[in-house]
Amino acid sequence: MIKKLTPHPSDWPGVNPQWSHTLAIPSTASVEAEGSVRTWHYLDNLAALKSAGKEPVGTVLCVHGNPTWSYLWRSVVAAASEGEQPWRVVAVDQLEMGFSERTGLARSLADRITDLGDFTAALGLDSTDLPLVTLAHDWGGLISLGWALGHRDILSGIMLTNTAVFHDSAERIPVALQAALSPTLHSWATRGSTAFIDVTLGLAQAPGGLPAQVKKTYKLPYTTAEHRTGVRNFVADIPATEAAPSYRPMLRVAEGIKELDVPALMLWGTKDPVFQRRYMADVATRLPQADIHRFENASHLVAEDEDIATPILEWLGQHFIRQQTARSLHVQAREQLNPAGDDYRPMIAEVEARAKDTSLAVVDMDAAGDGTSVARQLTWQQLDAEVTRIAAGLHKLGVQRGDRVNLLVTPGIDLTALMYACLKLGAVIVVADTGLGLKGMTRALKGARPTWLIGIPTALAAARSLGWPGTRIAATALKPAVARALGVVGSVADFETPSTFELTYPQPDADAAILYTSGSTGPAKGVVYTHRQLAAMRDAIAGTYDLAAGNGLVAGFAPFALLGPALGATSVTPTMDVTKPKTLTASALASAAAAIDATTVFVSPAAIMNVIATAGDLNTQQREALGKVGTVLSAGAPITSALLAQLQDIVPAAALHTPYGMTEALPTTDVSFETIQQAEADAADGMLGAGGGVCVGSPVFGARVQIAPLLADGSASAEVTEEPGVTGEILVSAPHVKDRYDTLWVTEGVSTSTPGWHRTGDVGHFDAVGRLWVEGRLAHVLVTSQGVLTPVALEQAAELVPGVRRAAAVAVGQTGAASPVIVAEVGPRFEGKKTRAGRAPVELTRRVRQAVLEQTGVEVSAVLMVAEHPTDVRHNSKIDRPVLATWSRKVLAGKKARVGKGVIAW
Amino acid sequence: MVVSLRPITASDVAPRLGERVLLTGASGMLGRETVFALLRAGYDVRAFQRGDAGIAELLPESVTDRFSQVRGSVNDAAVLSQALDGVDGVIHMAAKVSVVGDWADYERVNIEGTRAVLDAARGAGIRKFLNTSSPSVAHTGSAIEGEGNPPASPEHARGNYARSKAAAEQLALSYDSADFWVGVLRPHLVWGPGDTQLVERVLERAAAGRLPLLNNGTALIDTLYIDNAADAFVRGYQRLEQIHGTPLVVTNGQPRTVAEILAGMCTACGVPAPSRSLPARLAVGLGLALERIWSLRGTDEIPPMTSFLAEQLSTSHWFDQSLTQQLLDWTPAVSLEEGYTQLGIFYGDRFSR
Repeated sequence: MIKKLTPHPSDWPGVNPQWSHTLAIPSTASVEAEGSVRTWHYLDNLAALKSAGKEPVGTVLCVHGNPTWSYLWRSVVAAASEGEQPWRVVAVDQLEMGFSERTGLARSLADRITDLGDFTAALGLDSTDLPLVTLAHDWGGLISLGWALGHRDILSGIMLTNTAVFHDSAERIPVALQAALSPTLHSWATRGSTAFIDVTLGLAQAPGGLPAQVKKTYKLPYTTAEHRTGVRNFVADIPATEAAPSYRPMLRVAEGIKELDVPALMLWGTKDPVFQRRYMADVATRLPQADIHRFENASHLVAEDEDIATPILEWLGQHFIRQQTARSLHVQAREQLNPAGDDYRPMIAEVEARAKDTSLAVVDMDAAGDGTSVARQLTWQQLDAEVTRIAAGLHKLGVQRGDRVNLLVTPGIDLTALMYACLKLGAVIVVADTGLGLKGMTRALKGARPTWLIGIPTALAAARSLGWPGTRIAATALKPAVARALGVVGSVADFETPSTFELTYPQPDADAAILYTSGSTGPAKGVVYTHRQLAAMRDAIAGTYDLAAGNGLVAGFAPFALLGPALGATSVTPTMDVTKPKTLTASALASAAAAIDATTVFVSPAAIMNVIATAGDLNTQQREALGKVGTVLSAGAPITSALLAQLQDIVPAAALHTPYGMTEALPTTDVSFETIQQAEADAADGMLGAGGGVCVGSPVFGARVQIAPLLADGSASAEVTEEPGVTGEILVSAPHVKDRYDTLWVTEGVSTSTPGWHRTGDVGHFDAVGRLWVEGRLAHVLVTSQGVLTPVALEQAAELVPGVRRAAAVAVGQTGAASPVIVAEVGPRFEGKKTRAGRAPVELTRRVRQAVLEQTGVEVSAVLMVAEHPTDVRHNSKIDRPVLATWSRKVLAGKKARVGKGVIAW
Repeated sequence: MVVSLRPITASDVAPRLGERVLLTGASGMLGRETVFALLRAGYDVRAFQRGDAGIAELLPESVTDRFSQVRGSVNDAAVLSQALDGVDGVIHMAAKVSVVGDWADYERVNIEGTRAVLDAARGAGIRKFLNTSSPSVAHTGSAIEGEGNPPASPEHARGNYARSKAAAEQLALSYDSADFWVGVLRPHLVWGPGDTQLVERVLERAAAGRLPLLNNGTALIDTLYIDNAADAFVRGYQRLEQIHGTPLVVTNGQPRTVAEILAGMCTACGVPAPSRSLPARLAVGLGLALERIWSLRGTDEIPPMTSFLAEQLSTSHWFDQSLTQQLLDWTPAVSLEEGYTQLGIFYGDRFSR
């Protein structure tokens, strides 16, 4: 006889002892003898709610996996018990697990599904008028869904955390699980020792692991081998092959849930070595209605790694209490703010309309040479033919409308033609640029899970070795041996021109593209645009800069390269190393401009410095070409007036514009050099709201901006204002704002919490004449004893001090009582000595403190210095302030600390 | 010679309030300056300490009748009751302050002494009592970054001084009631001209080139300039109704790196700022060794480096002053930079010759 376990819930941290219950329940599973009765343990807050005089609005049924137990759900039980509209949460310990009975029987998946039915019947959960929603983890996912299929009359919704419902026996089992499944290891790991339990608990991501008491509690019901038999049998029942007894029941559930049309929520820790993103993608295809959030910093025990209770209750509230989702509110409000006109014109329309035009459409400068000669060019007629050829070829290979296609091709004609082919076909373009770094790209692509990957050879090789998803297609002609080695199914070079290829336009509100943020405040986020929104982006650019057919456009900045053909402008790609925008030379830029008589130049801010530095190499002809340029646009990072003045000398006739925007709203506002100068003069004159940040001008064509004022705790208010001088989060609404974030339900909810608007996460204010001034990121706001401070004004003041190349303002100490600190970037050498990261010399400290005090009235406690700030890869401009803040805190506590360099930690 | 930074002149003394304050421990720098500040604010003051506080001779004639002095030990009930005669409130500063010495001495002076003064004051029907404590009563030696005013913890406080002050603070607060207000101020690292404890040791050793920085002097610390300290005590006494029962750390509210503070003091006095650096762990070890040797020698002198000092000079300790400044309705009048300048005026070339 196995020793009976007695729960002592008062010893379990985070559990109200009143929640713990034990109940004897008749068992009908086929593994059981007739008439057997089993003792179950479970957590249930109903009695606690009633004793507090509360009535639940619905029930959540939580099903754990292996080897956890109901303790996994304590945060959900606690959070659900709070508030005016509490939920009853029933978290079961499955038989053989937790504090439920050890029967000595080996239960299969089918038995466990029956067990759960016995349990809910005994608890009286099977008849209810209130919503009943399941929540599950690990193998509990399959069991809860099996139960759901048998209880569809009372099922209102399903929630899943890291799980799998189907394993394709042709695919490899995750390495992490192979060990546990190995016949020699498995019994030892799961029953003979606590290895399986220890490894599972060890997956918690908190530094130092789970708190000791929590870990101890998880292990309480598994102290002896006899009590761990269920752990072993659970692993043994995993249907890794078609021959496994539970394979068919698994298949039945996996197929069955495709018919479930109830709301679904999936919360996924993407660092899970077992329930990897491929399983998430599989579940997502079976539950297309699911709202999905990927927690990029969480692993298998997502309930321990992240606060899942808050999003769960928010989601439950939207679907079952308020009966209105945040998404539907947002979409409604968005349509009211930006009514869809009847003038929608697809991106591809311009190319198709000019199918007979023999003037130049796209030009590539010679990438191999010094960038002064043309390598390749297409007329509009040729471009249209090329786009059609590629679209037809992709179609023939099996690329479907709505398929995600990852394009890993160098900017230029090839990329342009591929993009427009995808737009024509209705395939969704995924653009994870090299600016994210290899690690960032891998992360981004695994998140977006494109079906196809079209790339140049180096990209195909990277895709193969790094496991980037998508069936591979070569962008260029490959030798057969190479094609085999890279595992490609075809090559764009081999596509044939079809005799006829007619397609209707994709739906305007269907997904068209996924772009990526640069990840200055966490992992890069995928941003989804519809066809209508891309077209609106084109119109915003055209309307703001008066760009129309006949213009010549130098595409020195990738995001806008896409727009040339849609705008009807002739576009040229200058020679540069796309992974290093700083490599663009003045000569390469001028030759590109000369090749098409360019009127407009798009250039990245990082390139401007090099263009200025190499301007001496320009010949007369090149200077003339640049003299004809009417507009220069540079987006991505602020540029100082001093640099703009130097740039003006090179393009004397051009209006210099530095639009402000973000991947979610490209662009948001526009400002010219002239306006900046006026704004700086106004700031010196003391105009209300002028100063204290970077002036980014006024909303672009079609866009609206408002401010959600900062509160005393450094967060942004729910109220909004357009009053000058009030600092807050910048909100934008425009037809060209993103549709949504890709599988980031929580992030999406935050960004659209003011329905109809995108909360940018930037902070700023208006001045008296309606110009917007950006003051930094909301996440970088300093909540100090001197008040709530925004970084940019402090940094601009510090940068006035000679020797300070760039400054970052961070806070050390506790929120609210923190102290502002400046971290100065001084270059590799300072005052004749090699720069040692750490405390700045006393004199530099004094000067910086003085400058900041004079300009802003803020007294910084310390000044630190580094040779170079850690920044984003894409722009080399977004300083990783959290890394600097952590470092500063350690240094100023008197500890040794190393500052990360170069690449932002993802 | 006793010198006050702000020697009192007849013109800056407020009209007499007719309220007498007993200040124990007036022979220290903080005690003396607080006496002056109280007189300036219009109070009558009685100083109480073992020796002569040397205050009377610094006073202009117009206020001499407002100052008196009783000499004796706080553990002597008879003298204490004499000192409390005709007194309206007490500021208790008398304490044994050191890093060496037997626990019994600390217990007698800092705990039992405080108990004696509290009992005598309450027994005499006095209703206002301001106790002097230290931020070290709530700390274990780990980094303090913008912390508020956590409760005193004798179990965790390190060293005899902090431990005894923690117990004394708890004791004092246990007397707090509606008709016997007990307030507690915890001034942190008080310094100023004439300060033999900190400033003069720094200057002497820096001038001799024997003042290393620890870990490059990057730890952020709070200090309190003496004038602000004295003002805070007057303010604390005046605001007892608001602050009683709540211990408050008092600082200049200007955290700075150790290196910058030392440089500020040195530069103002024409002494080269320290530039060499030692690893903090080495200095702590050195301090421990020296403490052992000194204790074997049975001297009451403080060794040139102690483990406590090494920790103080290499670990951040700065505080959230918002509650302090709000409850006291007060902000420091003298900035650190002005304080350095005052050091320079006071010391002239004494250390740079």
